[in-house]
Amino acid sequence: MQRPAWAPHGIDITVPSVSRIYDYYLGGSHNFEVDREAARRAMEFMPGLPKIMQANRAVMRRAVRYALDQGITQFLDIGSGIPTFGNVHEVAQRASPGARVVYVDHDPVAVAHSKAVLEGNPDTAVLAADLRTPKDILTSAEVRELLDLDRPVALLLIAVLHFVEDDDDPVGAVAELSAALAPGSLLVVTHASYEGMPISTDRADGAVDVYRNEVRNPLIMRSHEEIARFFTGYETVEPGIVPMPLWRPQTAPEDEDPYTFAGYVGVGRKA
Amino acid sequence: MSEEPGGPEDRLRRFATIWSRAIYPVTATSLTRPEFEHELVPLARRLRAALAARAFDSGQARGVGAALIGAHCTDPEALSRTLDVVDAYLVLYCGEEASGPEREDDLRARCGRIQHAVAAGFAAALRDRTLVEQEAISRAALDARSAVAEALHASEARFRAVFHGAAIGIGIADLDGTVLEVNDALVRMFGGAEQLLRGRNVAEWTHPEDAPQVWHLYHELVRGEREHYRVEKAFYRPDGTALWTNLTVSLLRDADGQPQYQLALMEDTTERRLLNLRLRYEATHDALTGLPNRTLFFERLEKVLGAGESMRFGLCYLDLDGFKTINDSLGHAVGDRLLVEVADRLQSCATAPGEMVARLGGDEFVALTTGADTAAEVDDLAGRIMHALSAPIRIDGRELSVRGSIGIVEGPASERSPAEVLRSADITMYRAKSAGGNRYELADPEADARAITRHGLTTALPAALDRGEFFIEYQPLVRLGDGSVRGAEALVRWLHPQHGVLGPDRFIPLAEHTGLIVPLGRWVLEESVRQARVWQERHADAGPMRINVNLSPMQLAHPGLVADTVEILERCGLSPSALCLEVTESALIGADDDLLKPLRRLSEMGVDIALDDFGTGYSNLANLRRLPVNVLKLDRSFTQGMQQFPADPVDLKIVEGIVSLAHGLDLSVTVEGVETGAQAEQLRVLGCDTAQGWYYARPGPPDRLHELALADATG
Repeated sequence: MQRPAWAPHGIDITVPSVSRIYDYYLGGSHNFEVDREAARRAMEFMPGLPKIMQANRAVMRRAVRYALDQGITQFLDIGSGIPTFGNVHEVAQRASPGARVVYVDHDPVAVAHSKAVLEGNPDTAVLAADLRTPKDILTSAEVRELLDLDRPVALLLIAVLHFVEDDDDPVGAVAELSAALAPGSLLVVTHASYEGMPISTDRADGAVDVYRNEVRNPLIMRSHEEIARFFTGYETVEPGIVPMPLWRPQTAPEDEDPYTFAGYVGVGRKA
Repeated sequence: MSEEPGGPEDRLRRFATIWSRAIYPVTATSLTRPEFEHELVPLARRLRAALAARAFDSGQARGVGAALIGAHCTDPEALSRTLDVVDAYLVLYCGEEASGPEREDDLRARCGRIQHAVAAGFAAALRDRTLVEQEAISRAALDARSAVAEALHASEARFRAVFHGAAIGIGIADLDGTVLEVNDALVRMFGGAEQLLRGRNVAEWTHPEDAPQVWHLYHELVRGEREHYRVEKAFYRPDGTALWTNLTVSLLRDADGQPQYQLALMEDTTERRLLNLRLRYEATHDALTGLPNRTLFFERLEKVLGAGESMRFGLCYLDLDGFKTINDSLGHAVGDRLLVEVADRLQSCATAPGEMVARLGGDEFVALTTGADTAAEVDDLAGRIMHALSAPIRIDGRELSVRGSIGIVEGPASERSPAEVLRSADITMYRAKSAGGNRYELADPEADARAITRHGLTTALPAALDRGEFFIEYQPLVRLGDGSVRGAEALVRWLHPQHGVLGPDRFIPLAEHTGLIVPLGRWVLEESVRQARVWQERHADAGPMRINVNLSPMQLAHPGLVADTVEILERCGLSPSALCLEVTESALIGADDDLLKPLRRLSEMGVDIALDDFGTGYSNLANLRRLPVNVLKLDRSFTQGMQQFPADPVDLKIVEGIVSLAHGLDLSVTVEGVETGAQAEQLRVLGCDTAQGWYYARPGPPDRLHELALADATG
């Protein structure tokens, strides 16, 4: 029988989850064998995947600090996954106690775990919702209670937009979220791409296929030009949309692993 | 502490640098390498302390191993590289400060033990962290599962509540038609036996009244070619009665779009349907007799008349003779029972296919026959009806004889509308009734046409008055003594949009019949009085101009007559003595004092009263004494005999007698219909006072009279 729209999705931990794979790549044990199997298979094609994840964490850290430097103390992190370490609230609240963070993920296990981790932190909240339905996020009690949308917010879309297929209109979803944000808000996006990949596209496709066929969460590689569309209505801050090691680096980019140059990061300021 | 180059602190830092370079590539930290190195410095310090301690304390080194896990160096390669770095560089960079073991061999041995302890500390911490994280993620999975289960349970509970609490019947069947689930409402609709529904097959539920497309739609749906359909469908309940439903069936597909189930939503419309049928019956049948009523009859007649040119129809329109008398004398209850009996008898007269009897209302019934030879059939039908009515009807021991008049219309279909047919039948029935009743007549187009005109004029009268279609012509009244114009008679005309100018004989009886004569008469009076006043103003020197206005019997009896007349005279400023009201002799025959009182009042006020058409009725000369009359108007029949020369001597004698009688009673005499000069001369000689007729002037517009009066005055 067809599931009614209002019935929640079930949980099948025999299917790998992108957030638990991410945790595995970051050396965590918040994962099951099925996740590790998929992660290892993807790594057969793209051994540098953990480095890419690490670079994502590192650039997110820099971006959060940048936001704090701009006086922004409210963060909306969509696609937050499993908070292994170095999460937004850790970075933000260390520099600016009282900074507020709302985490959003559509993976119920990730949400349950986040709830356990965040328990007792009154300035954070976690919400089970989907980036593809921005209205659910914007109208949620968590966002309404914790974030003041009349003041600038940093909207973090770290390694999440590349899991939204074009049919689900990711540009539209970002636009709808952006419309609710005050001028001066920041949009932080990291996104996978074939561009900058130190291996052939064919090989990279092997990893993409693992996500499509085993994780059942297709990884959508987008070009620089396509990624730039998410920033409609924003002015990207220096140095623009660039490979992750090149965005306001604190150490010499030459030292970075070649895989970390795959994909892009950009930060935009809402006009 | 000293950081001078080559000093102990500098060497410690250089050790940390080597260490961080070795393991940074295999860590998952999001710190930069300098940040990471900074974190390693305290650990290096602890290693140095462990190396230098007098007694070996494995706790320090184990702590360093555990701290690596805390810094997210969970990759075993990080341990391996750490041990390499400790092995190769710890003694080298940190050995000099060692105060315990003096010899290098001892330091190497101590370094080896440190490595063992770091490895053990790393392994223990990794094991703990792994277990903690595994437990955390498992717990998260369980929490998420129970949250989902709770939500599912809640939604399931909501769904079940909707399913079972719904007022609408809901059933789910598989694609083979086997019923899997039914809700309480559906069970109730089917008479309360759930086992008669669950497990049964939908295909068994055929019903003779199923529309042809019902099962076609069903098969399309179960084949996956249709998403839903909606039909009106009947089912048999276990007790054999019919359950009527509005049935909506939808196809349910699984997540991959494959058809899985069919969902039926049923609304019980049985009651509504019965009510509709009942309302329809009540709307189309006569409550008293149970016969089809006017509505149904018209529907049927319409169908018959639209059936095509080859078809013919025959219609009998029956109205009982004297039914009103029965109703008035014996009461409505008896009247009703009589109608019921008549209805039964009529019904028995029209039993053949294509025949129908209906009650149109009151005591009016119709019988309809259709077919190819209705000319003979309708005649036969009328005969049967007359015969059926001929036997007296017994009610409460009283024998009532019933008679009826029938109008028959027969002819080809598709020539006339139902309304036209019925009007013709009605007219014909009245013809039968005027011919004495208890008979039937066949419709005749000419008779119809006359009646239709009369009917048309009657119905057009009220609007005609509103639209100002009436006008007045004036015929001069001439004084026979000197030939001077002394006034005029007002004669009303109707400028009918279709029929042209109609004289009073065409419409005054109709107006009298419908009561419109009262407002029409008032209008004529007011118009004429106003005109008389105009004349008076124009030529006061020609003597007082009088105006004669006709008064019909109904006006005479109208209670507002005196007041209206007074009001009009006053408003127009005309003296009562300038007005003469003409009343026909027949209107006053047998008039009692009550009826005469208004006339007397008017007469007392000075209004002249003329007795019109005198000599046409049963002129009761004795009556003249008690009537408030000032003028006699001799009917034209008396003067016709004087048109020839020599005049009819009898007529002369009669007129002479009347004139002398009238003058004896102090009445003046006016003659009508004067057409020749010889006539006029005769009448003058006979002593008549006033005359009117074509010899002087035909009725004409008010200005004509004005001219005549002027000519008269100057000539």
